[in-house]
Amino acid sequence: MQQPSDPPRRRLLQSLWVIGTGAMLGPALGARPQQAMLTRPIRSGGEALPLIGLGSWITFNVGNDRVARAACIEVMRHFFDAGGRLIDSSPMYGSSQHVIGDGLKQLGTASRAFSADKVWTSSGARGAEQIEASRQNWGIGRFDLLQVHNLLSWQAHLPTLFAMKSAGRLRYVGVTTSEGRRHPEIEQIMRSHPIDFVQITYNIFDREVEARILPLAIDRGIAVIVNRPFRQGALIQAVQRHPLPPWAADIDCANWAQFLLKFIVAHPAVTCAIPATSSVAHVRENIGAAFGRLPDEAMRGRMIAYVEKF
Amino acid sequence: MSEWWTYTLSDLLMFSAQTYYRLFELYNREIWPAQIVAIGLGIVALLCLRRAGAREGRIVAAILAACWLWVAWAFQIERYATINWAARYFALGFAIEALLLIWIGVIRGQLLFWQSAKGIRVAGFYLFLFALAVQPLIGPAIGRPWLQAEIFGIAPDPTVIATLAILLPVSGRMRWLLLCIPVIWCAISGATLWAMGSPSALLMPLIALLVLLLAAGHALACSAARIR
Repeated sequence: MQQPSDPPRRRLLQSLWVIGTGAMLGPALGARPQQAMLTRPIRSGGEALPLIGLGSWITFNVGNDRVARAACIEVMRHFFDAGGRLIDSSPMYGSSQHVIGDGLKQLGTASRAFSADKVWTSSGARGAEQIEASRQNWGIGRFDLLQVHNLLSWQAHLPTLFAMKSAGRLRYVGVTTSEGRRHPEIEQIMRSHPIDFVQITYNIFDREVEARILPLAIDRGIAVIVNRPFRQGALIQAVQRHPLPPWAADIDCANWAQFLLKFIVAHPAVTCAIPATSSVAHVRENIGAAFGRLPDEAMRGRMIAYVEKF
Repeated sequence: MSEWWTYTLSDLLMFSAQTYYRLFELYNREIWPAQIVAIGLGIVALLCLRRAGAREGRIVAAILAACWLWVAWAFQIERYATINWAARYFALGFAIEALLLIWIGVIRGQLLFWQSAKGIRVAGFYLFLFALAVQPLIGPAIGRPWLQAEIFGIAPDPTVIATLAILLPVSGRMRWLLLCIPVIWCAISGATLWAMGSPSALLMPLIALLVLLLAAGHALACSAARIR
């Protein structure tokens, strides 16, 4: 099930050129943020995705609380207004799917959204049933992306997802893990199955994936979604006591959230990061990371050195 | 769950502290004035603890069973399950405890808490008083709004502590059977609050531990007395 590696590589080079051009134009434009969100193509499909998506773990699980639901939908409104597309959820996330479904319906943005969800059941036989329930919760015709959540029974679920993709009931297939778990297994799947996406944890402190997973994703033409970019807020709390370095302005970072996110999405293997929030102020900050200049390799090294001094 | 040892409590928490406490606020608003009925039932149970007779044992068991059933349905299934898929299993545990209380306490009349030494009965009485009158104040005392107060018979934690208080002076083997689910809940509640960073996270596990130690000491003392 090997995939040809040249087309993804060509598309990657094209995307790097687009981002590189933006980086060069940034200073020429007086460091003004670009008007459109920076995007990167899905390597197996060529479709461009904005570099910042929206996660829903914990933040959108608000049950039947109308006030909290309205706040989540407001976050979605700002996300879509700024050009955001990818929203990620899971049947594991309590009421998050329902909240997203309500938001898409109220905002009329279902056609603009890139819907990413997961299958999360140990029973292969119940996978299709769960996916259908998730689709109804979202209120959409089909998912853009379905991922096997935390590799749970992936041997049973991947054939189901590939069959859905072949039948045109799904556009992309992926697998997820978090916080460095089961990387050897992720690598094995990336090498042996024609998956379109892999979702992993990556941030300025947790960089284990740089060694093998991210280069492999480039080689195999697999798009990369980055979860827990802030370690569930812990990274922001850790760094915000310290001043943002003056040179952060050189990469159009106005706050720590953008500093941390730009570090992630500047990696050429990364397709998008999915910070989760229920705050409009925070979603605005996060989205800002998909505008303006991105750090090059030297700058990324400088960013690491700066935060590791804390 | 593969590599389960790599998961921390916070990895398993699927909602924020704000969402969890808002659940109590909305619940309290929606069921008002059921809280008055619940506190009234708590006072009746407390008076039964002082009077202590076979009839009182059955009344207390019936009150507790009704509270456990109410919490199973109104809190666990109707509310908590909207943010925590595990709540349906918690509801099952609460329903089983209610059925055990009905079978052992109401039908068989084995909730005999007046046959114990005075010291352990007094401890049970004050622990029940704590669940009824002090526990609802803990939330507001640590900065949460009054509407988020957790009340006996309405919220799980004070209902569970009140049950532990009743079971503390109960004699006989059935006490251990009835203690299982409340003690497990104390661990679950403590873990949830710990993951949320609540300053009252250790309260439930510590009370469960204290009750288990006192109950074990009481059982040993009774055995020693019988041998002599």
